[in-house]
Amino acid sequence: MKRLASIAFATAMALFLQGCAGWQSALDPKGPAASELAWLIWFFTGLCAVVWVLVMAALAVPLMMRSRQHAEPLTLDASSDNRKLRVVMTAVGLTAVILVGLTLLSFFANRTLAAIGSDAALTIRVTGHQWWWEVRYEDATPSRILTTANEIHIPAGEPVRLLLTSTDVIHSFWVPSLSGKLDLIPGRMNVLDIKADKPGVYRGQCAEFCGAQHANMGTFIIAEPRAKFDAWWNDQLQPAAAPTSDEAKAGGELFLKRPCVMCHKIGGTPAGGTVAPDLTHIASRQTLAAGTLTMSRGNLAAWIADPQGVKPGAHMPVVDLSGDELNAIVAYLEALK
Amino acid sequence: MRPVVALLLFASLALAACQREERDTRPQSALGSGEQPTPVTTLEPGGQRPAPTDNKAASFEANAFHLSEGKRLFGWFNCSGCHANGGGGMGPALMDEKWIYGSSMESIHATIRDGRPNGMPSFRDKIPDDQIWELAAFVRSLSGNAPSSAAPSRNDDMMAHPSENRMPDAATLGKSP
Repeated sequence: MKRLASIAFATAMALFLQGCAGWQSALDPKGPAASELAWLIWFFTGLCAVVWVLVMAALAVPLMMRSRQHAEPLTLDASSDNRKLRVVMTAVGLTAVILVGLTLLSFFANRTLAAIGSDAALTIRVTGHQWWWEVRYEDATPSRILTTANEIHIPAGEPVRLLLTSTDVIHSFWVPSLSGKLDLIPGRMNVLDIKADKPGVYRGQCAEFCGAQHANMGTFIIAEPRAKFDAWWNDQLQPAAAPTSDEAKAGGELFLKRPCVMCHKIGGTPAGGTVAPDLTHIASRQTLAAGTLTMSRGNLAAWIADPQGVKPGAHMPVVDLSGDELNAIVAYLEALK
Repeated sequence: MRPVVALLLFASLALAACQREERDTRPQSALGSGEQPTPVTTLEPGGQRPAPTDNKAASFEANAFHLSEGKRLFGWFNCSGCHANGGGGMGPALMDEKWIYGSSMESIHATIRDGRPNGMPSFRDKIPDDQIWELAAFVRSLSGNAPSSAAPSRNDDMMAHPSENRMPDAATLGKSP
């Protein structure tokens, strides 16, 4: 029985600690800001746990001890009174030292966080929308400015400056593996510097309740070696691939005739809407609808046919398309690598 | 007996808060509903003809959600390009009480869906039907026809004074994003 209990406990702990790793965890830091914060979390938790155990012990010991019967309660005992005073004063002093110490620690951690992006070469403007992320890569050459959605590619090992704002309500940008969270506020611009030590995919999540689909407002930071990142940027700047098959060609024409064209942009075609995600290279992204669905032909069709079933309340309306029209549009979008 | 009555009263008050507005975001057939002939002239035999009614008109008109969605779409689809936030420019003003083709929701819906002579394009295949109704409801509200509890408020950038969250910020040196 005891053995069974210990096995159950070990399994539960293993499952519990699993939650601390992975692509979205503040306790599994992959960048300097997150490391700083993770260290702070562990140190605060450890120190406070020690203090809590000591306080509990100090409370428990007198409760356990049999109270001695004093012959005369009113007798003064100078040595005992002095001892009590010393214990209380020591505890008060230690509390003050610990509080000031923790304050200083978080102050210096903040300084480290602020210094991360002081020499950032890359600036990315992230705009929150209900319920997706618009990502704009700034460049001194206007023709190299790139707008995409929901996926943020960054060069690994380099600091990157994010300018955060919003067009509708307050959102919050949080990629726990790389940094703390920061709000995106309409009419304001917040600055967050991030750095990923190693290449990898890190998931982010809107961390400020922003409406019906707040939970389905995910983002991905994809850290790549510099050469690969530059190649990606150059690829993304290209206009959309021209459709090759007859079905895809028909899809491209339908895209321009149907409501799709009112909101979405596809570079190199007359579709120029900027109020919804840029679809120029939609098939090169890993997910659809801000991390809600993985990218596949089936999911694309499902999302276009019934966006309100996949993400109720999203601003993508149900568009009346026949089966053939839907297939053609999906064939066209699927080829936009 | 008394506690039971109190409990019932409390429960009825508490449960009243459970009612939530139903929003139908998945219309069965977007196109084909609300089809009606478009009048191209105001001349009608026997004077004004009876306006056809659509049950969507009433349900969209005084609904705060649909009005605000209409306002959002009005901006997204660049209606302001001609109608300038309702004040009128290339296209006629929308915030006055003059309606060239009638002030009913159905007429405004028909105007957006089928277009009108002298410039108003048709959005028949470009905007799903429910979204046209939302736009129509918003356009009608511009002239003050919507109840103030439902009508969307004025844009921040059209206020005489910037709202508090748009005041210059020391961190960005007053630069607005």
